[in-house]
Amino acid sequence: MSSFTKAFSSTLGKKLIMGLTGLFLSLFLIVHLIGNLQLFKDDAGKAFNEYSYFMTHFLPIKIISYLLYASIVLHAVYALVITIHNKKARPVSYASYNGAANSTWSSRNMGILGTILLIFIVIHMGNFWFKYHWGGLPYTQYEMSLSNPSDVKVTNLPISGEPLIHAEYVNTQTGREVLVAKDLYQVVVFSFSSLWYVVLYVISMIAMGFHLYHGFQSGFQSLGFDHTKYKPAINWLGTWLFGIIIPAAFAAIPIYIYITTLNQ
Amino acid sequence: MNLTLKVWRQRNASDKGGFVTYKADGISPDMSFLEMLDVVNEGLVKKGEDPIHFDHDCREGICGMCSLYINGRPHGPKRAITTCQLHMRSFSDGETITIEPWRATAFPVIKDLAVDRSAFDRIQQAGGYISVNTGGVPDANEIPVPKPIADEAFNSATCIQCGACVAACKNASAMLFVSAKISQLALLPQGQPERYRRVQSMVAQMDAEGFGGCTNTGACEIECPKEISMTNINRMRRDYFTAKFFKEEEIR
Repeated sequence: MSSFTKAFSSTLGKKLIMGLTGLFLSLFLIVHLIGNLQLFKDDAGKAFNEYSYFMTHFLPIKIISYLLYASIVLHAVYALVITIHNKKARPVSYASYNGAANSTWSSRNMGILGTILLIFIVIHMGNFWFKYHWGGLPYTQYEMSLSNPSDVKVTNLPISGEPLIHAEYVNTQTGREVLVAKDLYQVVVFSFSSLWYVVLYVISMIAMGFHLYHGFQSGFQSLGFDHTKYKPAINWLGTWLFGIIIPAAFAAIPIYIYITTLNQ
Repeated sequence: MNLTLKVWRQRNASDKGGFVTYKADGISPDMSFLEMLDVVNEGLVKKGEDPIHFDHDCREGICGMCSLYINGRPHGPKRAITTCQLHMRSFSDGETITIEPWRATAFPVIKDLAVDRSAFDRIQQAGGYISVNTGGVPDANEIPVPKPIADEAFNSATCIQCGACVAACKNASAMLFVSAKISQLALLPQGQPERYRRVQSMVAQMDAEGFGGCTNTGACEIECPKEISMTNINRMRRDYFTAKFFKEEEIR
């Protein structure tokens, strides 16, 4: 074995990979959330669909997205390998065990929380990511008046007929800027109009909050990063930003859309 | 005090073992936990039964010999003490106390509540030392060491190798012990020449003994009778990654 292979197969090295992939995934959540906040805009999904197109067609982001898929797989596979190894280190479990006396609930249940998140990611990507790429989504045409930005004409283009492509141009005859885009927004609204889907998302976001409450600060420790000057900041971010604010903001999206569809 | 004890009894390493319930009557609240077991054992000997086997030596919290996983926690419910320093006043009259040995693949049960902790010795032998003779007494302050560093090294050096960190950890990880033994030398000038070789060989031995990995639950530092902190584990990680990824170990 080379020095690198030895390093990564050690108990410390395996957790280094967990920490690096985990923190990368945490960082992605911020970008993902900023994008998803477009869903709160009352513009028939124009901003959100533009964002979706940008995320799938801008080359640097495409490259990062492959890194991201690899991180999810690595994080899950290493979690399994580490868990099996750790279970083997204690084959006979204690008859009476008081884990709450010395550790947080999250830290002892990362595997269960992670499994919930993995199932969620499969459903989530199947519903949006897969449909966006290969699901034959309908296109919508947005016509913005150049003189009055709030004057937008929205036309749902028919699915039948010639295959459409994403287009942005200015129609000089009508004096309007035209955007033809794949309408992922419609899929999002349709999904979140069903209650069980909203419940699934909210539960998953609660699981994510608990997972990150331990995971964010633990990730830094796995890299060996531990400093009295920065640790309080990391713990604060892990608890408030990644444990509460980000999951709550994500969970607010399906709830908001569900409530707005109720009124229609 | 009258107590009910649920004690793990196991004849030898290959025996399956199981819990046996004993009555511990007329216990003084001022007895230490080990003295309470002595009383129970005296009764067993009088009855002609095999006494409960448990590790103990100094009985003043410095040798690290006593163990016992009491009611789901190593060294019982109190913080920063060993089992010999735990007094029966920490329990209530009529309570049922479950007593188990340390549970880890790397700590096989010898008999009843005593486990074989020689895995720790082998980790120490893999590099937890300085390979030069100490020589005569040096002049004071010949090698300057900043006070916080000296204090931190001393904190790491207070580890008594009891194994409570392994017992407390849900992964039976020995990292608090190993990192304390690495830190006490890595922080001081005398430990520098072998610093990066030491961390690699001791971590390799730790993994070879079959201990689990650290998932940063922090249970070890809470249960450590000497209050050794998780900072040691993070320092070990830094040294290990530095050694593996950045240090030149051979002549070019």
